[in-house]
Amino acid sequence: MTTTSDYAYNSKIEGEVIVSRSDAVINWIRRHSVWPMPMGLACCAIELMSSGGSRFDISRFGMEVMRFSPRQSDCMIVAGTVTYKMAQVVRRIYDQMAEPKWVVAMGACASSGGMYRSYATLQGVDRIVPVDIYISGCPPRPEALLDGMMRLQEKIKNESSTRDLFRNRPVRDLTFQKK
Amino acid sequence: MNTRTQTIEEAHPYITERESADWPAYNCPQENVVELLRYLKDEQDFDFLSDLTAIDHFDTRPRFEVVYHVYSTERHEYLRVVTPCSGEADPVCPSVVDLWATADWHEREAFDMFGIQFEGHPDLRRILMWDSYPYHPLRKEFPLAGKEVEFPDEDLVEATGKTVEPAPMMGGPFHASHTGSMVDREPRADDESWNEHNERRDTPGEEPGPPRELRGKH
Repeated sequence: MTTTSDYAYNSKIEGEVIVSRSDAVINWIRRHSVWPMPMGLACCAIELMSSGGSRFDISRFGMEVMRFSPRQSDCMIVAGTVTYKMAQVVRRIYDQMAEPKWVVAMGACASSGGMYRSYATLQGVDRIVPVDIYISGCPPRPEALLDGMMRLQEKIKNESSTRDLFRNRPVRDLTFQKK
Repeated sequence: MNTRTQTIEEAHPYITERESADWPAYNCPQENVVELLRYLKDEQDFDFLSDLTAIDHFDTRPRFEVVYHVYSTERHEYLRVVTPCSGEADPVCPSVVDLWATADWHEREAFDMFGIQFEGHPDLRRILMWDSYPYHPLRKEFPLAGKEVEFPDEDLVEATGKTVEPAPMMGGPFHASHTGSMVDREPRADDESWNEHNERRDTPGEEPGPPRELRGKH
């Protein structure tokens, strides 16, 4: 016994085809499945974990899949103080991530060194990796992190992804780059 | 504790009392320090090495001292032993890893930060800074901001062209006074004349005036 309904979507008429721009499709997929690489280095990581919990629920944005392997992640969230000893590890993990990849500097320390003006601390992770989004706070509340991630989604939405398939994806210059 | 300190002092006549605000403290010559600490551990039940650190006096001699904080888990008492290091540029001190295994990492830290060579340490290498770091950062002559050195990781240097740079101090370091009203005890910069406005004015090619972001758009 078969029944057919002629209202709603009819695959015979529509032919299972949707017409759209490839940029729109690629960016729609990318921005709703940003898998973070949690680079938790200090107390910001606690707020990052909190964002993953049910109260703030980062999975509303498709970002709950924290990947501890750089090969499987799209966005490195640098959450905490980056010491010079750790900086090399951060850069190496960034290099190991597959394109396209984004970096979020979460909190004062990752953005600028924060209160650590000393011989041991990298004065902002943007000196060694290109940062897309900076989040203020010491540490930022989970809402601030979610706001930053939503801004990252907006940024991804406006990328020219189709063109980037045939060239190197443009990334922001490092801070204090020697020209 | 009084009878105990008396016993310790009588058993070890070479130690002298050291000024202390809380627990008893002793100065001990370097050649006797291991003997003294072994006695404190085995005979006086100071079974726990709570801390091992160093002091850099910079302009007085001996320049470096090593401080041992020992603790009795039985009686809940502390005792402090301080010994001078022999040698000026390369201070040397005997290791106590044989007595307390925890001294291993403590001595590595003191070596990393002050450059004190612990004789008899099984594996004396840096613990906080990376292995090829050339300085000992807690020595008095080392600036808080640090000094420019190369990153040890060649891949990072190749990818970014960066070096380890001194941190911008912005008029700091900041110190808080112990006395006075709460307002006076606020942390203050050493160089209070510093501000962003003046620094911008000092940079060549920058005309004097309000900071860039405060200037009106014409």
